[in-house]
Amino acid sequence: MSYIGSSVKRVEDKRFITGQGRYTDDIVLPQMTYACMVRSPHAHAEIVSVDIAHAEKMDGVVKIFTGKDTDAAGIGGVPCGWQVDFKNGDTMKEPPHPLLVSDKARHVGDAIAMVIADTYAQAKDAAEMVTVEYNVLPAVTNSKVARADGAPQVHADVPNNLAFDWELGNPRAEVDAAIAGAHHVTTLEFINQRVICNAIEPRSAIGHFDTAYDKYTLYTSTQNPHLIRLLLCAFVLGLPEHKVRVVGPDVGGGFGSKIFHYTEEALVVWGSNQIKRPIKWTAERSESFVTDAAGRDHITTAKMAFDKDGNILALSADTLANMGAYLSTFAPAVPTWLHGTLLQGLYTTPLINVSIDAVFTNTTAVDAYRGAGRPEATYLLERLMDTAALEMGRDPAELRLQNFIEPFDGVEEEGYVTQVALQYDSGNYGPVLKRGLEMVGYEQFRADQKAAEGTGKLLGIGFSTYIEACGIAPSAVVGALGARAGLFESAQVQVHPTGKVSVFSGSHSHGQGHETSFAQVVADKMGIPMEDVEIIHGDSDAVAFGMGTYGSRSLAVGGSAIVKSIEKVLEKGAKIAAHLLEASVDDLDYAEGKWTVRGTDKSVGFGDVSLTAYVPHNYPEGLEPGLDFSSFYDPANFTYPFGCHICIVEIDKETGVVKVKRFIAVDDVGNVINPMIVDGQIHGGLAQGIGQAFCEGAVYDESGQLVNGTYMDYVMPRADDLPSFEIDRTVTPCPHNPLGVKGAGEAGTIGSTPAVVNAVMDALKGYGIHDVEMPVTSQKVWNIIHG
Amino acid sequence: MKVPVSITVNGKQYDKMVEPRMLLVYFIREELALTGTHIGCDTSSCGACTVHLDGKALKSCSMLAVQASGKSVTTIEGMASGENLHPLQEGFHMEHGLQCGFCTPGMIMCAADMLKNNPNPTEEEIRHGLEGNFCRCTGYHNIVKSIQYAANKMQESA
Ligand code: FES
Ligand code: FES
Repeated sequence: MSYIGSSVKRVEDKRFITGQGRYTDDIVLPQMTYACMVRSPHAHAEIVSVDIAHAEKMDGVVKIFTGKDTDAAGIGGVPCGWQVDFKNGDTMKEPPHPLLVSDKARHVGDAIAMVIADTYAQAKDAAEMVTVEYNVLPAVTNSKVARADGAPQVHADVPNNLAFDWELGNPRAEVDAAIAGAHHVTTLEFINQRVICNAIEPRSAIGHFDTAYDKYTLYTSTQNPHLIRLLLCAFVLGLPEHKVRVVGPDVGGGFGSKIFHYTEEALVVWGSNQIKRPIKWTAERSESFVTDAAGRDHITTAKMAFDKDGNILALSADTLANMGAYLSTFAPAVPTWLHGTLLQGLYTTPLINVSIDAVFTNTTAVDAYRGAGRPEATYLLERLMDTAALEMGRDPAELRLQNFIEPFDGVEEEGYVTQVALQYDSGNYGPVLKRGLEMVGYEQFRADQKAAEGTGKLLGIGFSTYIEACGIAPSAVVGALGARAGLFESAQVQVHPTGKVSVFSGSHSHGQGHETSFAQVVADKMGIPMEDVEIIHGDSDAVAFGMGTYGSRSLAVGGSAIVKSIEKVLEKGAKIAAHLLEASVDDLDYAEGKWTVRGTDKSVGFGDVSLTAYVPHNYPEGLEPGLDFSSFYDPANFTYPFGCHICIVEIDKETGVVKVKRFIAVDDVGNVINPMIVDGQIHGGLAQGIGQAFCEGAVYDESGQLVNGTYMDYVMPRADDLPSFEIDRTVTPCPHNPLGVKGAGEAGTIGSTPAVVNAVMDALKGYGIHDVEMPVTSQKVWNIIHG
Repeated sequence: MKVPVSITVNGKQYDKMVEPRMLLVYFIREELALTGTHIGCDTSSCGACTVHLDGKALKSCSMLAVQASGKSVTTIEGMASGENLHPLQEGFHMEHGLQCGFCTPGMIMCAADMLKNNPNPTEEEIRHGLEGNFCRCTGYHNIVKSIQYAANKMQESA
């Protein structure tokens, strides 16, 4: 029997298709109250006074908390989980991020008061009656403007709004000299615009203090319940960790935005003990727009130098990374260790230097969004490659092939050591591009493109070949890089006396289908039917420990932890089986759910061994009863998926409308457990990456208002904006984890964005432009054609 | 001040007193505890709240409960008959048309209306018909296939 590698239909589907999914906002507790936040309408303003007298007396109002109350309780705010030091060794600037601000609002949406009432409507009514007097200050939203002398200061003690600066790679002087002496240099200055994650389930949190047990429970739409518990207990509220339970029930998409510890989570937990009733807070969508950590927001200048044959000689990149008003949980890692380290790409570039300034502005915090740093790195490299090809009159596919790193399997051949601090695990890059070219029918396309000349349509093709660092991450390595947490994963495999198996995983599924793919792994490795396996996740009272799901890590790290526990179960099971069979362990083989004495037909089944473990009457001497093992798996390295994305666009000359006609993706995510689920991950990633290229982007006005902060104004791809995707894969197994998997959650987003923009640029190559700013809207394209 | 409403939901009549400003979606979720109908936005843009009102797809956040009084509502919970899934529910399962599942009830309710009016839609018609519903997980690729699956199945059994 083999489940691994087959497209088993998802076991979690049933509850979702019948309307029985249980998301945080679906949970109702006895005596529950509802919270509505009073939020700053100003991007930057001193808070002169907060008057709750009238609101307090309104119908149904239970309690109103302001920043004065949280200050008086000595609550310092939510912490940042990753430290990056300045180039000169100083610690990054880490101003407090209060749960409720009492002195100054630093972005639109900063919370000033929490109004709690018997119903949400009552809380909302009362919140409108809280009177806040502001002294409005000039605001800054753009990281370049924020760095200038005289710019508004987001935090008084952070000069020029610089949170930290950072550098990686070869000495800058060496890189600059190589660029100065090169045959050809391609330069791009571009903005990788801010995008908003927009999981369709808005964030929600319920805090419950149970006076019977002196125990707190937090239900929250999170990607990592245990980490939230740790931060809540150790940093924000000082609660005893064994008296806090955090549950991430069904979660309606995350894409990064639900990794982080948010102020509202701490507020409902703390508040529930103050009022001795549960408190539910659920974001309205317009609230999500101004409070969910956003993604990207880089301003970059990058140069790539070539010799006369088109070999890459050097790369330099300078980026301003907008951090928003506060440092969110993983924010400092994104432009640095998840972006700078990826600038080797798939190429043999011998000299690389990257420099980052991380900047505070009066905007919502920026943190990891699907891909987190790696899409920005890919955009930088792949826009440079297509631009360079155009400038040098080279074919963009050939230019890439020529510069690819040679294949290496990470076993016989060493992993590839980059100029920017990584060692790739295994890679074979040519085949993904060649397969992509085959699928797209490259020669035919170029003929069609020519044929379209003179018609009302322009056709363009764009390439992107990417690499990502996933399977986050070896604890010691990330510890040295500033992570304030280990990034291992844990799993418990509990065999019941009847031979059924419960698996407790520290990974968290919010759409990825762990309940299916993890069960496939368990069933295969243990030789039992999938129906006998249940995957449990998301509840800190059920799962001993976990580091959650992000960075395409669940299967590579969480799945490996499960495999380790299975190995322990089977090892002990073999001892019991040997005893029952009166044989030596060394003479047993395990297959299809039974131990057999090699060369005989004597065997004992998994169910009998399980029962014996719990009814140990006839049992090996000295062996403990029970069949239940936990493991912690700390990966040896990151994993490095890679791939090739090719986009074909058609532009209507008259209207400037850009249509993505075809999108081809050939990804290599290592071994695949469930192809259907992996394909689904790629599809979703592609839609988000393509969305950034042609329609998405946060827009702020001068005063710091997010002007497109609703679904009516922020354009996300809808079904009729996208084609059906054409996807395929190659398989280069990961050499350092037991499943050989690399991770598939982010690949689609990482590779796709530059492919779309490159395609638009290819279509517009007759119009003498050097670059086009994302999102590539029809208006921008029309202006290029008719301007 | 509360006002009486009488709404039939999934075949059962409910008589309740509600605030006049209560939206139909809150009536369904909070008064009836039918939480399969979701709320994804505050601008009637996402379609997560889609139900059927007298057999037609409707975003239940765009109507007051009092406006639905005397009418008949079907939610996702009313789509299967006993253990038998609706062909669309089956289609979403078979074609992996859902990931996090949050948009799924709305997608299924929207698609059910679409197939009633157009039992054999082209891909383009399906995509066009889903215009009012956001999915952030699937890239729509498999949602299209799920609806095609259901269309075929419904035609076969018709
Ligand atoms: S909640 Fe009704 S359309 Fe979004
Ligand atoms: S499945 Fe998650 S939003 Fe559609």
